[in-house]
Amino acid sequence: MKNPINGLNKVFDNRIRLGVMSILIVNEQVNFNDLKQMLEVTDGNLATHLVNLEDNGYIKVHKGFVGRKTNTTYVVTKAGEKAFTDHIAALENMIKGVK
Amino acid sequence: MSEQNQHGYSATSARSAETLQEISDIKRIMERSSRFISLSGLSGIAAGICALIGAYFANRILKDYYEEYNLQGYTDDHFAMLKIKLVIVAAMVLLAALILAFIFTWRRARQNHLPVWDLTARKLLWNVLFPLIAGGVFVLAMLQYDEWHFVAPASLVFYGLALVNGSKYTLSDVRYLGYSEIVLGLISTQFIHSGLYFWAIGFGVLHIFYGAIMWLRYERVNSQ
Repeated sequence: MKNPINGLNKVFDNRIRLGVMSILIVNEQVNFNDLKQMLEVTDGNLATHLVNLEDNGYIKVHKGFVGRKTNTTYVVTKAGEKAFTDHIAALENMIKGVK
Repeated sequence: MSEQNQHGYSATSARSAETLQEISDIKRIMERSSRFISLSGLSGIAAGICALIGAYFANRILKDYYEEYNLQGYTDDHFAMLKIKLVIVAAMVLLAALILAFIFTWRRARQNHLPVWDLTARKLLWNVLFPLIAGGVFVLAMLQYDEWHFVAPASLVFYGLALVNGSKYTLSDVRYLGYSEIVLGLISTQFIHSGLYFWAIGFGVLHIFYGAIMWLRYERVNSQ
């Protein structure tokens, strides 16, 4: 029997990383503050997970300015989209497998 | 794989409950980050009532105008006064409706512990306001040339298009309200002298109707 855990992505074990991906999949680009507000996390915590996602090549960072303030926005990459849909498919398979 | 733990649940079914929870979390966060869900049905009802009150006053102003018209014939002064009075009524209706709509939506967001002003609110506002302002400018330009026949149809159609455009970022009922406004606006082009009645139906009755549907569907359960 095939182990249903296979196909689950380790990167998405974390709720915040999974949350960031869920938001970026349905929104073209989202800035840091909006992510923070929606996920209800602290700056440092969110920043760490964003770096992790970026290192995995799942998201891309755009640093810009609004007036003098920095405005960092995040976009999901092709690889990120694929990893996310694969992860969802694996989750769905697990449920189907149990039923 | 399916060894029993001490509570008698199998490890797989516990894991499956967790998985279901995870999927529903993902769905919820996708919903919440892409749609403004705090829009209250009461906002629609309040805006509709404002519009009906406004239509009542506009109707009275028009009646008074035609009474004088029948007595004294057309004068530029009277016609100018009529236009000013109607614009003031329209502006007051818009202001009152916006304030009340905001209050009810703000209250709903507070009750659900959601932010009123977030990414989705900004997207919704931008996508509604852009076509709406275009429509507003268009209607004002028509008035500038004394072309008042198409004021009601144009405002209904533009408002409907604005709602359809914005509905991608909020509850889907708003899209059907938008379709209704567009259809009503197009019908009213064939009844050009009953503009005010169509206006009252579009901004009054339809708002109350869809507001009530939204309230019954999403909010009544929560308030009980």
